[in-house]
Amino acid sequence: MISVQTDDFEIAKEYAQLRITAGDAGAIVTFTGLVREIYDHDNAAGEKIQSLFLEHYPGMTEKSLQTIVTRANDKWDLLATRVIHRVGVLQPSDQIVFVGTASAHRQNAFDAARFIMDFLKSEAPFWKKQVTESSTEWVESRQTDAEAIETWRQD
Amino acid sequence: MIQIHYFASIRERLEADQEQLTLPDHVSSIDELIKHLATINPKFSAVVNSTSKILVAVNQTVVDRSYKLSENDEVAFFPPMTGG
Repeated sequence: MISVQTDDFEIAKEYAQLRITAGDAGAIVTFTGLVREIYDHDNAAGEKIQSLFLEHYPGMTEKSLQTIVTRANDKWDLLATRVIHRVGVLQPSDQIVFVGTASAHRQNAFDAARFIMDFLKSEAPFWKKQVTESSTEWVESRQTDAEAIETWRQD
Repeated sequence: MIQIHYFASIRERLEADQEQLTLPDHVSSIDELIKHLATINPKFSAVVNSTSKILVAVNQTVVDRSYKLSENDEVAFFPPMTGG
């Protein structure tokens, strides 16, 4: 299941639901991304973030996340997947993204969770804008995120 | 007629989040659409000339610049994604 929402989420609830949905799972992997207080972006090096604004492309966001989850299901035997991404205004230490995967054995769940996160970062249409004391600027995409995708393409 | 959406930094710089456009006869590809928009809109021209990478989606799927447009397509321009 995929959700794009302004509301926060509860990991315990999501984990419990994954256990139910997955049935006879032997492994559940969950990943949670948080808003960091300090971004090492060029123009705001070391400056603390006051807030982060998440914009997205309604419709395409859900479609691209579904494509990524479908690809993960084609690649590994998964018993359940869950993706939540928040949008709107967030504060430092807020939860921003959740990925949960369930499978019979741990390797599939670990790999699928990493795969979904790696592609989410480069292919799902979300954009971050950070507000610090001195500036408001759009966060630039990272080369390391593009490289993460490339390692999967070489598999 | 096509629908055009703009997001994030591009939306802000154009001061527009969407517009409708009747495709002129000489515009059939994304590349030609970009050239056309740059001709009729100085702000779009400035964005294209100063942005290192602009992604284009048609009907909510990222496409390359040679993609051929059809009537009623939903086109979107945006910078590289930064979610997660």
